[in-house]
Amino acid sequence: MNVLEVYDLAKAYGDFEAVKGISFAVRQGEIFGLLGPNGAGKTTTINMLIGLARPTRGKILYFGKDYTHNIKKAQHLMGIVPDESNLYPELTGFENLCFCGALYGLKKAERRAKAEILLEQFGLKDAKDKKFAEYSRGMKRRLTIAAAIIHDPPILFLDEPTTGIDVASSRHIRNMLKELNKKGTTIFLTTHYIEEAERLCDRVAFIVEGKIIKIDYVEELIHPVKDRNILILTISGASDGIEQTLSTILPDFKFKRLSNNEIRIESERPIRPGHIIRILEEEGIDVIEAKRMRATLEDVFVNITGIEAQEMKKEKEKKVKEG
Amino acid sequence: MKDWIAFFAIFLKDIKTYYLKPPNISWGIIFPFAWAGMFFIRTGTNVTDLLSILPGVMSLSILFGTTSMLSVTITFEKKSKTFDRLLLSPIPLGLIMFAKTSGAILFGIANAFVPFLVAGFFINLSQAHLSIVIPTIILISIASTFMGLFIATSVSEVFEAQTFSNFFRFPMIFLCGLFFPISKLPLFLRPLSYIMPLTYGVDLLHGAINGFHVWPYSFDFLMLLLFCTLLFLLSLYNVKKRWVL
Repeated sequence: MNVLEVYDLAKAYGDFEAVKGISFAVRQGEIFGLLGPNGAGKTTTINMLIGLARPTRGKILYFGKDYTHNIKKAQHLMGIVPDESNLYPELTGFENLCFCGALYGLKKAERRAKAEILLEQFGLKDAKDKKFAEYSRGMKRRLTIAAAIIHDPPILFLDEPTTGIDVASSRHIRNMLKELNKKGTTIFLTTHYIEEAERLCDRVAFIVEGKIIKIDYVEELIHPVKDRNILILTISGASDGIEQTLSTILPDFKFKRLSNNEIRIESERPIRPGHIIRILEEEGIDVIEAKRMRATLEDVFVNITGIEAQEMKKEKEKKVKEG
Repeated sequence: MKDWIAFFAIFLKDIKTYYLKPPNISWGIIFPFAWAGMFFIRTGTNVTDLLSILPGVMSLSILFGTTSMLSVTITFEKKSKTFDRLLLSPIPLGLIMFAKTSGAILFGIANAFVPFLVAGFFINLSQAHLSIVIPTIILISIASTFMGLFIATSVSEVFEAQTFSNFFRFPMIFLCGLFFPISKLPLFLRPLSYIMPLTYGVDLLHGAINGFHVWPYSFDFLMLLLFCTLLFLLSLYNVKKRWVL
């Protein structure tokens, strides 16, 4: 059964079309990821699905019922975690959760009990009476997720859930999301962290310039490239164009310069690092480290979209810091 | 039932967060004294003339008390995205806006009664028609609050809300018949007086407290109701158009 179905959904701001007629479905019990670079239309899409933006055209169905023109009526079905934590800074963690419970009509005793359970579950019990403004970024994000599920929604929307937070908090959040999903909550998330999507999602859609260019199960997407051999070399003293020199010598391998001191080598055949290292040394280049990698969703994403995932990540992190 | 649980949660949170804070309480008490003091110093009149300025002081207390707080808090909440949390909850938009304004309405009513009760210690208020004074205070408070709401939903920045509020409030002081009758205003300014909700509220209070009013009570009440409805609908339109893009 589909929790959410979207048909030909589009959104234009004046002459600029942010989302250009996308269609997809989110199945009950799955974790669905919408992946794309900044400005791809991820947030606009999520905003249309939750009722913060009006579609220019298209249809939005929850549990088979058309709510396109009245998303408000479907908001009790959703838990929403925006890209920026939007709880009340002057309220404590406990008060924030109780307030959010009240917004969904939970009675006082029920919302208090649920707030206690969620604080425990999200590792925030000790910060229960601390003001939200005093929480760390990771704690804020955890409390925002807790607030989104206080009314046990069948579908949880998360916009960039781990952007700008520390590694430990990100891991905690991913584990929490997996737990929630196991308990039956369908999850829709947008992210630019491809490795996060790979770890969390059952299915992903790649969105670029307002269009979905691929939707599939993560395993299916990785399958064609899973036997591909990848070697990352950390080097020093390399001149520009070394990858072209290597391509000429070893035409069966694909060489790509990732940065000044990193070269990526990819091949269908097994790669013998010793042979390549010798060639490089003959060219006067020192090899500091050689790492074998397996093909990931990131490789699939780069192959399909032509967008470098690392660039996408840096761009977003820069934006978060600026913001 | 669920909607009303949400309504009271929003209302109580705002009362606690904004209106019961010491600066606001002191504002509500000091403000009417400041206005009354200014008037006495400027005109040199004595305390027995308190009756003539009481409607003006009450109206201004409501106007400034409601618009100052509400326009700024809503703009601030929208800017910090906490208002989006309300927009994303399954509560009808009208009820959200009513919940957000209820605290300000109550604050405005309380502000109006401060000068009224204090004046009671100095002058005889037995001739005041409370059956007119009370609904008038409530309606002025609602209209002023909705004006604050309209301002908040028309701007994006807190400083714009403050500027826009003053753009409405200060002309009102002079044009609404608060301290001198509209009939004494230059002819070209009078139409402006007629499109200000406070004009009708002040007329009602003058009538109920001093016994002098320009229009029939029913007309004044009708006009205030009309302004309340219009400002609320305009604010709802603004939210739908500007905040749900």
